[in-house]
Amino acid sequence: MKTMFLRTRRIRPESKSGTRKSRLQAIVAALFVLLVASASVYAFGVLKHDPTLTDLRARLLGASALHPFGTDHLGRDVLTRLLLGGGQTLGYSLLALGAALIIGIPFGLIAGYKRGRIDRLFMRVADGFLAFPDTIVAIVLSGLLGAGIGNLVLAIVIVKWVSYARLVRSTVLSESQKDYVAVARTNGLSDARIMSRHLLPHIAGNVLVLASLDLGKIILLISSLSYIGLGAQPPTPEWGAMLNDSRPYFQSRPELMVYPGLAIVSTVLLANMLGDVLRDRFDVKKEAQP
Amino acid sequence: MFRILLRKFSEVFLFLLFIMFVSFLFIRLAPGDPVLTILNVEELSVSQEQVEAMREEMGFNDPLFVQFGKWLLDFVRLDFGVSYSTGQPVMATLLRALPATAELTAGALLVMLLVSVPLGSLSALYRGRWIDSLSRMLAIVGAAVPSFWLGLILIDLLGVRFAHLPTMGRDGFLSLILPSLTLGLAISSVYVRLLRSSLLDSLSQEFVRSARARGLSEARIFWLHALRHSLPPVITVFGVSLGSLIGGVVVIEVLFAYPGIGKLVVDAIRQRDYPLIQGYILIMAIVVFVVNALVDLSYRYLNPEMQLKEKEAAR
Repeated sequence: MKTMFLRTRRIRPESKSGTRKSRLQAIVAALFVLLVASASVYAFGVLKHDPTLTDLRARLLGASALHPFGTDHLGRDVLTRLLLGGGQTLGYSLLALGAALIIGIPFGLIAGYKRGRIDRLFMRVADGFLAFPDTIVAIVLSGLLGAGIGNLVLAIVIVKWVSYARLVRSTVLSESQKDYVAVARTNGLSDARIMSRHLLPHIAGNVLVLASLDLGKIILLISSLSYIGLGAQPPTPEWGAMLNDSRPYFQSRPELMVYPGLAIVSTVLLANMLGDVLRDRFDVKKEAQP
Repeated sequence: MFRILLRKFSEVFLFLLFIMFVSFLFIRLAPGDPVLTILNVEELSVSQEQVEAMREEMGFNDPLFVQFGKWLLDFVRLDFGVSYSTGQPVMATLLRALPATAELTAGALLVMLLVSVPLGSLSALYRGRWIDSLSRMLAIVGAAVPSFWLGLILIDLLGVRFAHLPTMGRDGFLSLILPSLTLGLAISSVYVRLLRSSLLDSLSQEFVRSARARGLSEARIFWLHALRHSLPPVITVFGVSLGSLIGGVVVIEVLFAYPGIGKLVVDAIRQRDYPLIQGYILIMAIVVFVVNALVDLSYRYLNPEMQLKEKEAAR
């Protein structure tokens, strides 16, 4: 039975103009990853600092072999906290994004494929969510749930899943008009199988592009809300929270302001670049047109 | 048009009701007893009797559905009670802070216009030249710089090192400069590139060529025809990104200790001052609805084609 129907394989359009640019971007990204990797090997393998251990005798030290980026106002090693902070920020952003995808994709698939009453109900819910700007909802929800990184992640998931569900729904609406779905249906495949094995691969590109473009925004949101005290709580080494911690000491030690900021900027830049590369690769704009 | 507004309003209203209901539940079910929170704010040692008396006074001993009924009644009358932390009426507190936030937002939008209109126009007119590359670089970096970090840098440069602009509070025009500049710069990176591409699109249209053929001056063509035709996409994005603007206001107000509505809500969140949070949600819902309605109206003013399309869609 398996050989009865044709397997459609997506044809990736070769990008013509973007190759040199994307190669450059890939090199930049690789260099950055290499830099971070070697720094973390140095920090964790050679120096072995505890990121939350305070040592008031060693507060606000300058750069040295033992503390390559110096220490903060409580004597904690800045480099160690920066690297761990990257794990925090990026980890929680990916967690929020992943959860939003896991909730959003099935909803979108079912609404777009089944249509009818389920679809109408879903669209009403989605319109309600989208009627209110997501940043405010995230702030207010994390406020109602109580300040903390876990609640912030939950708030982001509640806000974000709708946009993925909508994207998947609209892609499925146009995809299910195509012949391969009709072929699958005449071959007697179950709806679940058609959705998971045939429709899902075709929507993956669009979803991946939107997700990678969202990643930078989520990182910014998490670090901004941590800065104003609604996200990660001290002594967690989160970049925004680190900036908030050391604000009284910027006069004497401006580096404490520079390092976490540069860390955020470069991470978001990389995430945005990744999004651009993926968009070129999957050629989303062309595909959105029928 | 009226029908569209009505539908938008009903969407906002339904969602508002939902959020309000959720926040009602949170107030009652959240960990942390609001009564204890209030009493702790005043930093007095409290006896068990006092806690009980306060609980009775605030109606927490009533059955849940009675509480919900009372709350719904108050909601319809736009009465959110008194703030847990200050004891002041919520609506009055919020409305007192609103002008400060309006000033800051207006200042930020002014900065945004002063940056993005010249830079966007120049990058469209001199496409591919250095000014275009510069604005592209700025847009790419600008999209990655968190607004609060930009604010910290500006405080360091303009508040401390090279000038002594006020960096905290709200005291006259000078204290408005740094917060407005920070927020304005933070949001303008999007609009520079958007205006550029929109202008490039309209400059290549027929009506520009016909205007040239009629012998109009280049300045007149640009300001009266091309720029006006390029605005709808920019306004669309403004409407869509209104939320991040409001969120940005919150962060900037906390950063500069600026006594606006955003700082108020962050303080309220820290103190679990739920009535104040509810009031904030309501005011934001109104702001969002009004701005969206204005955005819709402006399309019709800027682009007569819209009215035709709408009629066709209604058929």
